[in-house]
Amino acid sequence: MAGGKWQRIGKVAAALAGAAAAALWTAPAGARAAGAAPERLSATGLFADAAHGVVAPGVLRYTPQYPLWSDGAAKARWIRLPAGQAIDASDPDAWRFPPGTRLWKEFSFGGRRVETRYMVLGRDGAWTYATYRWLPDGSDAVRAPERGLPGVAEVAPGVRHDLPSAADCRACHEGGPTPVLGFSALQLSPDRDPLAPHAEPAAPGDVDLPALARTGRLRGLPEDLLATPPRIAAPSPRARAALGYLHANCASCHDARGELASLGLDLAQRVRGGDPRAPLATAVGRPSRAHPPGMGEAPLRIAPGEPGASVLVRRMASRDPLLQMPPFGTKLADPQALDLVAAFVRDDLGPATTHPAAPDHQEKNR
Amino acid sequence: MKRIATAALAAAALALLAAATAPQAAGKDAAIARGKYLVTIAGCNDCHTPFKMGPNGAEPDMTRMLSGHPEQLVLPPAPALPEGPWGAVFSLTMTAASGPWGTTFAANLTPDRETGIGAWTEKEFKETLRTGRHLGRGRQILPPMPWPNAAHLTDADLSAMFAFLQSIPAIKNRVPAPIPPAQSAAR
Repeated sequence: MAGGKWQRIGKVAAALAGAAAAALWTAPAGARAAGAAPERLSATGLFADAAHGVVAPGVLRYTPQYPLWSDGAAKARWIRLPAGQAIDASDPDAWRFPPGTRLWKEFSFGGRRVETRYMVLGRDGAWTYATYRWLPDGSDAVRAPERGLPGVAEVAPGVRHDLPSAADCRACHEGGPTPVLGFSALQLSPDRDPLAPHAEPAAPGDVDLPALARTGRLRGLPEDLLATPPRIAAPSPRARAALGYLHANCASCHDARGELASLGLDLAQRVRGGDPRAPLATAVGRPSRAHPPGMGEAPLRIAPGEPGASVLVRRMASRDPLLQMPPFGTKLADPQALDLVAAFVRDDLGPATTHPAAPDHQEKNR
Repeated sequence: MKRIATAALAAAALALLAAATAPQAAGKDAAIARGKYLVTIAGCNDCHTPFKMGPNGAEPDMTRMLSGHPEQLVLPPAPALPEGPWGAVFSLTMTAASGPWGTTFAANLTPDRETGIGAWTEKEFKETLRTGRHLGRGRQILPPMPWPNAAHLTDADLSAMFAFLQSIPAIKNRVPAPIPPAQSAAR
C-alpha cells in the first residue's frame, strides 16, 4: 500500500525505461530505406580500375573552391552525367540535374582511402545515398550499413571518423534548394578564392564552369556568368573567404530557400542579385535561440566586433554534440576557419561597419 | 428589390462556402481527434506533461498539458550513480531524466511560437520524429524520447498528432537545454 501513490509514476518509469533503451541503442538509425545502391563501389560506374584509382570514361573530376570541412580529410570528387544530357542551369543558384546523374566523394586520412560517398538521381526524381568503406587492400569498397558505421579511422589521437547514415546524408543534402552541394556556379567559378580555408588547387582536367558550358553540359546558364565568373563581392579578401566558408559549411541547411528557412538564418551566397553581405543581416546583431553556457541570457548570433560573444563562432568552435555546428559530420573544430571567421567578426564587422538591414522574420524555436 | 436580390446572392454564396468548407472542417476535427488519441496512447504526457502529487497520488498536471519541463523548476545536478547496474534517474515531475546520454528535459509541445512548436511546420515535425534530429537536421534527439518507435508512425498519423498538438492551449515555458554527460552526475 505504501507504494500506492507512486504506482502511476512507477508505471511511467517502466515505460520510459523501455523507451530509453530503444533510443539509446537505435539512435543513429534512419527510418527510410537507402534505395538500391550496389554492394560494391566498383559497380557504381566510378572506376575503370578501382584498385589503381583509374576513373571510367565520362566521369568528370571537379574541385569546389570552398570545400566542406571534414576533420582534415583529403577529398576527391567526381560527377557523371547521363550521355547526351545536360544540367538545367536556368536558376543559377539551384541547378537541376538529369535523372541518372551520379556523384562521388572520396575521403582519405593519412594518405589512406577510407570511404567514398555516392549519390544517384533516379527517374522518379529521388536521390539515393550510400557510402562505401574501402577494403584494407584498397581493391574496392563495400557499401556501409544504412545506419552508418562509427569509428572506422583515426583522424586525431582518440578521435575516429564515422561513416554517415543515409538519414544524415539526406539531412544535409536535402536541406536546401538543390541536393547537389559543392557543384554549382559559385563553387566551380574559375575566379577562385585564394584565401578559402583548405582550398585545394584544381587538378589538371578538372571540370569547371566554362568547361561545362563549352561541352554542352549546362543548359540555360545566364551568359553573363561566363563573361564575368561568379565571385563573392565582399568588401575585403578576408570577408570574401569568410562568407564563402559559411556558404559551404553552413548554408546547406541555413538557406532562405531551404527546409529551415523559417529559422531566419540565411548564410547562402547567391550568384544572382542581392548584396553579398545581405545573408549576414539574418545573423549580425540578431538574437540567438541557442544559449550556450556562459554567453548570457540574450546572446547574439554574431555580435559585431566580438567573436567571443558570437554564438555562431562559439558553436563553430564547439564539438559538444549538443552545441556544435555543423551538428554532425565532424568531430574536430576547424582552427583555420575559426581564425578566419573570428577575424572577420572582429575586424570586418566591427562597430564602425554599416550592416544591411535585417529582414523582418519570425525566428522559430530550435 | 435590388437589395433583396443582393442579400439572396450573399446568402447563397455563404451557403456554398459553408457547404464547401464543412467537409474540410470535419476532416480537421477528425484529424485532431485521431491525434489526441495517438498522443494519449503513445504516452506523450508521461514526459511532456509535468507530474504533480494530487489526492490520488502522482498524476499529470493537465493545466500544464504537454508544456514540457517547467522552466521554474531548476534542478540540482543529477545524483551520481554507482557503476552499474542502475542506469538512469528521473525527476519526480518525470520531465527530466539523466543517464549515460546526459541530462535531458522534455520539450514544450504546445503551440507557443516562442518556446513551443507553434512555429514548426508539419514537415519539420515529421522529419524530427523520423530522423531523430531536431527539425530533421540539427542535433540528435536524446533519450528517453522514443523517436525510433515514433519513426514508424504513418504519415497520416503523424499529421494527426501534429494537428492535435497545434490545437491545444499554448503555454509559454522555455525548457532548459540538455546537459552533456560530462556535466551530468548520473553516469
